Amino acid sequence: MKGLEHILQEHTFFAGLAPEYSALVAGCARNHRFNAGDYLFREGESANEFFLIRHGKVALEIVAPGQTPIVFATLGEGEIVGAAWLVPPYCWTYDARAVELVRAIGIDAACLRGKCEADHHLGYEMMKRFLPVFVKQLQATQLQILDVYGKR
Amino acid sequence: MVLESAFPAAALPDPFFPQAYRVGSSRRELPDTVTLEIVPLVGRRPAFSPGQFNMLYVFGVGEIAVSLSGDSADAAHFVHTVRDVGAVSKAITKLESGATIGLRGPFGVGWPVEAAQGSDVVIVAGGLGLAPLRPAIYHILANRAHYGQVTILFGSRNPHDMLYRHELEQWRQHLDISIEITVDHADAGWRGNVGVVPALIPRATFDPHSTVALICGPEVMMRYTVRALHEAGVMPERIYLSMERNMKCAIGLCGHCQFGPAFICKDGPVMQFDKIAGIFAIREV
Repeated sequence: MKGLEHILQEHTFFAGLAPEYSALVAGCARNHRFNAGDYLFREGESANEFFLIRHGKVALEIVAPGQTPIVFATLGEGEIVGAAWLVPPYCWTYDARAVELVRAIGIDAACLRGKCEADHHLGYEMMKRFLPVFVKQLQATQLQILDVYGKR
Repeated sequence: MVLESAFPAAALPDPFFPQAYRVGSSRRELPDTVTLEIVPLVGRRPAFSPGQFNMLYVFGVGEIAVSLSGDSADAAHFVHTVRDVGAVSKAITKLESGATIGLRGPFGVGWPVEAAQGSDVVIVAGGLGLAPLRPAIYHILANRAHYGQVTILFGSRNPHDMLYRHELEQWRQHLDISIEITVDHADAGWRGNVGVVPALIPRATFDPHSTVALICGPEVMMRYTVRALHEAGVMPERIYLSMERNMKCAIGLCGHCQFGPAFICKDGPVMQFDKIAGIFAIREV
């Protein structure tokens, strides 16, 4: 059976991470399984953990009182769920729901933040990996709000 | 404008003379979008290549360019999918079976479906952009053995605005093509992807060095798609876009559709990205 460290190294997000850093990250990691309809986290909860999807699809959604939840993104294999763990007050601002069976690695946020603080090289490695994800999400959001398929 | 019906349509005696066609059927795809099958009153319809367009003329209203969206191998009629966005397109969407319509064409440069043989093909469509790509998809499916991995990525505004939904479901049944659909927004009842269509590219499986990409959709969506393909390793000369400008004469004379040194009607609408990369993002062009 593959260990967490090996699984992390095979995950797209951590591809090429130095073995010593993989070991550090693996020390904060644990396996998760979410059935369809389970929530990885809910809006307002503390962002204690973020997730690397190994299998399955996760819907990110926002709920307005009395209305059906609106899905604004879906994420799949090889992608990361959650960035709020990086930014105070470390609180989720949307729900993350498993659309189908999801297998994921959860990374304990406080644990990894502590290791990044202690070793800034590790922190920089993490930032270099997270920043492109944020930029891509921002660009996708820009395109989404343009409503390009609407009538001009 | 004089309606010319004395000559067989295939003869194309004068590119400025509309030929008389009859609406064989009209099917509502979406509340503002219809698909028409039209047949020549005289003779057979001219041959066309996937990606080409016709000028459709509603008598007393005007003429617009509309991409062909049917199967080029089906010689019985032309198929056009039209969205009601202006006076002429509105009139077209209101045409019923048996109505007469003027047609000039086909015109323009189409998708490189022959040159793409032997390559992986990634087709990226956004919204109504699926219509000009549908003839290329028909061609590739009919000649499937001549292509490598075939991937269709389709983006729509929401699940209700999805063009050719029934056909997308049929294509999904093909085991030898990969098809991914995404919508910009959905409620929790939608089990598919949510997000913009360029975001599907990193998730798709293809060999970037032997891939030909065909893109059609709103220009902003195509810009983002080209970037995503570039990041995936697809070279500019292997990326083709269907461009859209205000076409009038359709034969490169009037200049209404000028795009830098080219005319979209004559040198396009399908254009190789490396040929237009320098002017693609210039807003004044």
